[in-house]
Amino acid sequence: MSNAGKLNEQLDQLQKKFNEFETALNGSKGSIHATRKAAISHFLNTGFPTSKNEEYKYTDLSKSVGKSIDFSRDSNTDALRKGDLKNTQIKGLEAHELVFINGNFNADLSNFTDEDGLIVSDFQEALKYDDELIKEHFNKYAQFEKDELIALNTGFSLNGSIIRVVKNYKVSKPIVLRYINDVRSDQRQSFPRNLIIAEESSEVAIIEVYSEIGNNVSFTNEVTEIVVSENAQVDHYKLQLNDSQAFYVGTTQVRQASSSRFSSYTFTSGGSVIRNNLNVDQTGEGCETHMYGLYLINGLSHVDNHTTVDHQKPNSYSNELYKGIIDDKARGVFNGKIYVRPEAQKTNAFQSNKNILLTDTAIVNTKPQLEIWADDVKCSHGCTTGQLDEEALFYMQARGLSKESARALLLYAFATEVLENIKIETVKNYLEGIISDRLYN
Amino acid sequence: MLKINNLHASIEDKHILTGIDLEVKAGEVHAIMGPNGSGKSTLASVLAGKEDYEVIEGKASFLDEDLLEMSPEDRARAGVFLAFQYPVEIPGVSTINFMKTALNQVREFRGQDTLDAVSFLTLMKEKMKLVDIDQSLLSRSLNEGFSGGEKKRNEIFQMAMLEPKLAILDETDSGLDIDALKIVANGVNKLKSKDNATIVVTHYQRLLDYIVPDYVHVLYKGRIVKSGSKELALELEAKGYDWIKEEIDATTA
Repeated sequence: MSNAGKLNEQLDQLQKKFNEFETALNGSKGSIHATRKAAISHFLNTGFPTSKNEEYKYTDLSKSVGKSIDFSRDSNTDALRKGDLKNTQIKGLEAHELVFINGNFNADLSNFTDEDGLIVSDFQEALKYDDELIKEHFNKYAQFEKDELIALNTGFSLNGSIIRVVKNYKVSKPIVLRYINDVRSDQRQSFPRNLIIAEESSEVAIIEVYSEIGNNVSFTNEVTEIVVSENAQVDHYKLQLNDSQAFYVGTTQVRQASSSRFSSYTFTSGGSVIRNNLNVDQTGEGCETHMYGLYLINGLSHVDNHTTVDHQKPNSYSNELYKGIIDDKARGVFNGKIYVRPEAQKTNAFQSNKNILLTDTAIVNTKPQLEIWADDVKCSHGCTTGQLDEEALFYMQARGLSKESARALLLYAFATEVLENIKIETVKNYLEGIISDRLYN
Repeated sequence: MLKINNLHASIEDKHILTGIDLEVKAGEVHAIMGPNGSGKSTLASVLAGKEDYEVIEGKASFLDEDLLEMSPEDRARAGVFLAFQYPVEIPGVSTINFMKTALNQVREFRGQDTLDAVSFLTLMKEKMKLVDIDQSLLSRSLNEGFSGGEKKRNEIFQMAMLEPKLAILDETDSGLDIDALKIVANGVNKLKSKDNATIVVTHYQRLLDYIVPDYVHVLYKGRIVKSGSKELALELEAKGYDWIKEEIDATTA
């Protein structure tokens, strides 16, 4: 079948899947259903983005997802036991943990203790009682008209979490959202949707962890909306420990109010096609935003990070550092946009993307984009792409280090620069372990 | 210890070494001098195994082993040490961490036990005194943001840690003020013994006031054109290199 034929068939599958989804909702459609319908028809009008879409120039999802995912297949949950989760447990981390299997919340595998200022609900449950937070915030920040992948997720929004941290409350330990695609028996699709509300002067750390069990293809289309209220602080981690058969396309949409602080850490160690959209709107004065990313990829992995920071008001700060080590025939894509609006005087915005290509067949496409309308600002950006420093390798060998150790030491140092800013020591150690396993084995 | 016969080497088709003959025995200090571009640093790099250079003719043996067949790391492990003219800056790797990895690989090669963290630190503290180097400097990224003097002291510190049989100091005096030069030279002198040898590659005689050579060789156009005692260095300091160039150019013209 031609690719176009396949794509049409895929859209038919999705239409059918949506109809079945609607039927299954059976009376508990919730207040958001009109939005779902509008979103899915928006998506079906355009389909998966192609390389003709400037935002998806290097990541033609119509080709990759089009070829690999069969949306006509059902996604029932397999019987997963606690022991199956071990390979992605972060050793020593004290955390609340919500586990989602193929997108569905699994209470048995989760581990949550009550805290006074923290309200966590299952998205699906919250829909049933028509939660105020959903009414107030759903589709307000991640608007489906802006991106096909947001539209697709919005259409199938049902599973996920709602996390609310009340005013002045500091959550005692991180909240892990663990997404596992159980693809032991068949391919799976999931559409997680999260809403995170940090009220005034509150603090919380969220750690999203993605992985698979089994060898079939998985497709995850996620949207997380984060509201960081005045003087609040949110640290958001996304650990993508995906297998080579995993497709992930997701958006983290952040809205920051005055004097708020937001940090994002995106770590990717695998996957077939990974596309991360991270959009931060600084809607108040004196905001602080940090964005760190590390992609350590090999085989045929394709990892695309698109980030946007929109400085709308004065006296704000953003700093971005993304690094990649790309091996074999893998491909990394980085696109970082910084907007500084006319009103946003005294903005400091910095961006850097550095890549090391380990083979002649590894590819990186990197593009910084600065659009500055204010005149009293400090902004800088830079990107570098290269091989390992031969002079440094020789220097180390001349001291008796084997070429392999010298190489690993250099790459380890390159990669771990990004991790230096991680505040949770156990997470940092965990990621350092993954990096050194990759480099020394 | 080191025997070089008729060594020719080139880089990117440029013929730089055009027939070097040199023998260095244990306990000796040799100075290799010469005008800029004569091939001094090339010789040092070729002996350390830099792959950019191609050896096109000749032999070099170290302790009766074919040096040119060995990888750079095996040369280091067997006991060749090159103090770089321009030590490379390596962000994110501390000297301590680097040296610990290097020393243990070297010790393993030499059939010695690897050092645990405590014995490594004890050894390190002892060697730090030789070149008056501070531990805080060694905890920082290797050579990154170091002053010229700090870089050269760090080279000699590493040399002290690895205890080479043959140390090749490539323009170790360049970029040093007199105080730093004395510290570095003093470190080198303390490491000298009847069992090891030193090759000092330098443009100026100055360093040789502090590291006194047994032999001085003049390198010109890729080969050794004159050898003598330490007085030759003084003569070069007084008269410059032109008289040697003229002498040689006249005979080869």
